[in-house]
Amino acid sequence: MSHAVLKPNWPARFALVLASLVALTLAVTVAVTVGEMAIPLPVAFRALGNGLFGLDLPVSAIQQGVIFDYRLSRALMAALCGGALALSGAILQALLRNPLAEPYILGISAGASTGAVCVLILGAGGATLGLSGGAFLGSIATLAIVALLASGTGGGSDRVILAGVAGSQLFNAVTATIVTTLASAEQARGVMFWLLGNFGGVRWPDLWVAAPVALIGFLVCMMHAKALDAFAFGTDAAASLGVAVTRVRLVLLATTALLTATMVAIVGTVGFVGLVIPHAARFLVGSGHARLLPACLVVGAIFMVLADVLSRILVPQQILPIGIVTALFGAPAFAIILYRARRAP
Amino acid sequence: MTLATHEVRWSAGGQMIVDGVTLTVEPNRVLGLIGPNGSGKSSLLRLLCRLRKVASGVVTLDARDIADLPRRELARRLAFVEQQAATEVQLSVCDVVRLGRTPHRGAFASWTEVDEHAVDIALKRVGLAARHDQPWHTLSGGERQRVHIARALAQEPRELILDEPTNHLDIQHQLAILTLVRRLGLTCVVALHDLNLASLFCDRVGVLAGGRLVAFGTPQEVLTPCLIAEVFGVEVVIRESTPGRRHIEYVVEHEAGDHA
Ligand SMILES: Nc1ncnc2c1ncn2[C@@H]1O[C@H](COP(=O)(O)OP(=O)(O)OP(=O)(O)O)[C@@H](O)[C@H]1O
Ligand SMILES: [Mg+2]
Repeated sequence: MSHAVLKPNWPARFALVLASLVALTLAVTVAVTVGEMAIPLPVAFRALGNGLFGLDLPVSAIQQGVIFDYRLSRALMAALCGGALALSGAILQALLRNPLAEPYILGISAGASTGAVCVLILGAGGATLGLSGGAFLGSIATLAIVALLASGTGGGSDRVILAGVAGSQLFNAVTATIVTTLASAEQARGVMFWLLGNFGGVRWPDLWVAAPVALIGFLVCMMHAKALDAFAFGTDAAASLGVAVTRVRLVLLATTALLTATMVAIVGTVGFVGLVIPHAARFLVGSGHARLLPACLVVGAIFMVLADVLSRILVPQQILPIGIVTALFGAPAFAIILYRARRAP
Repeated sequence: MTLATHEVRWSAGGQMIVDGVTLTVEPNRVLGLIGPNGSGKSSLLRLLCRLRKVASGVVTLDARDIADLPRRELARRLAFVEQQAATEVQLSVCDVVRLGRTPHRGAFASWTEVDEHAVDIALKRVGLAARHDQPWHTLSGGERQRVHIARALAQEPRELILDEPTNHLDIQHQLAILTLVRRLGLTCVVALHDLNLASLFCDRVGVLAGGRLVAFGTPQEVLTPCLIAEVFGVEVVIRESTPGRRHIEYVVEHEAGDHA
């Protein structure tokens, strides 16, 4: 179009993107240097130079391994996971018009873990399906069940949350049943640790799966940013603004399921990030999704990287499951949101 | 000929809610829809906007079946103001009005001067230009209604469909909004409850009862004591102060003990 374009204040946008990258880099730097083996910053930079750019700087083999293969992959995975879960939360909150919606509460995470446990312990699907495939199928199945339950009982936005609670209880029960009756003691321990979320096992190949999924998911969501804004007054209002409601819902729900399932399959279930971060991001940049979605990605990523650092240093000699750290911060934040949502007219 | 329906039917919950309605909205005229609660006004309006699929019959826009129109094209042509529309999202007045530009913009389109101009004009027309940045949640019911109308105007439609736009409005703003609707010169369909407002502002009036269109014509033809008694079960006297100015007065019998 030939009309004068207003607003896209490129320097400001560029500054924001730069600031986000700097903040994220700082968080990752902290994550790489802090830990049981404290590694000085210069050594860390040398190790990164070796790993990323194939340089040959003097670093001990152990430090090189810890920094590059263990801590960096772990920090980047935490960033991807936090960003993806926060993004999913923002999408679900907009689509379902409920400030409490997020993958964990809607049972998508629970479904993903049931799927993953089925593959892990029952051997369902064999080697072809894999853990991620099982988690993905599980999350899609939960989403379908929760959607059916919600629309079957009247479809209000409160119903969706109730249906999600019912769904996650059901799937958690199924997971627990499988684990307690069929798993060996060792398997059970591993599964329980995985269920609470754990970045410990993350290696570079996991990132080659998670990064493209997160990137594609983000782009799909950004393509629908304006449509998501139009959902503010409900589906009829969105439809009367020319939004293809059914298609947008389907595409975005599938994207959320894909994002969540991928992350859950790699790191286990991590609650509250999807709930709390979108609200924090809204507080920072407002409700417009063209700004909110990138903000969720960045804030979620930084939050998760720092949460992972905390999980490693909070209790000496021990690594807390990441789900426990996010819940420690998320649960009080959840209560505040609940309180404010009820007060709104 | 713009907007028309032919033998339109729609049912929900096993009940026929819109039952064989045929009507034509003349271009650049205001059609008022009246009828008791639950008579199917809102349902018919949603069919006109293609927010629901007709069970049988057809809704046409310029002689084309609206079911065949692309969604965005329809939204640039026709705007809808719902009977009530609330949100929990934190939005400002201009955020809401900007939503009206959605059908005019592609997925990655930037905000242009044309968009900004449409929003400003729309806000001015409903008299809320000064409230540009006020949070939506702090507005009164009537102000919210006017912001929704501004949002619809920002769509720059040729057909405007309003479901009880005078809900929540004080008398000054009821008159102001309906005067505005007339002045816009758009093709309008308005659901109304106030029979006097309907007779004052509408070129044509359609009366719905039990999902059927029981009368259609000019206000003079339609709003007769006989029809009002039949449809609403209320006795009225119609007086004409000056020729063409009709006042519908409700005859209410006060009970004997009322003033004691
Ligand atoms: N989805 C639905 N399922 C079942 N019944 C419905 C549905 N939608 C509308 N109805 C019923 O259809 C009837 C007409 O509803 P509608 O909202 O069109 O009435 P209305 O004329 O706009 O009333 P009001 O003046 O109160 O706004 C009502 O009895 C309502 O209960
Ligand atoms: Mg109605």
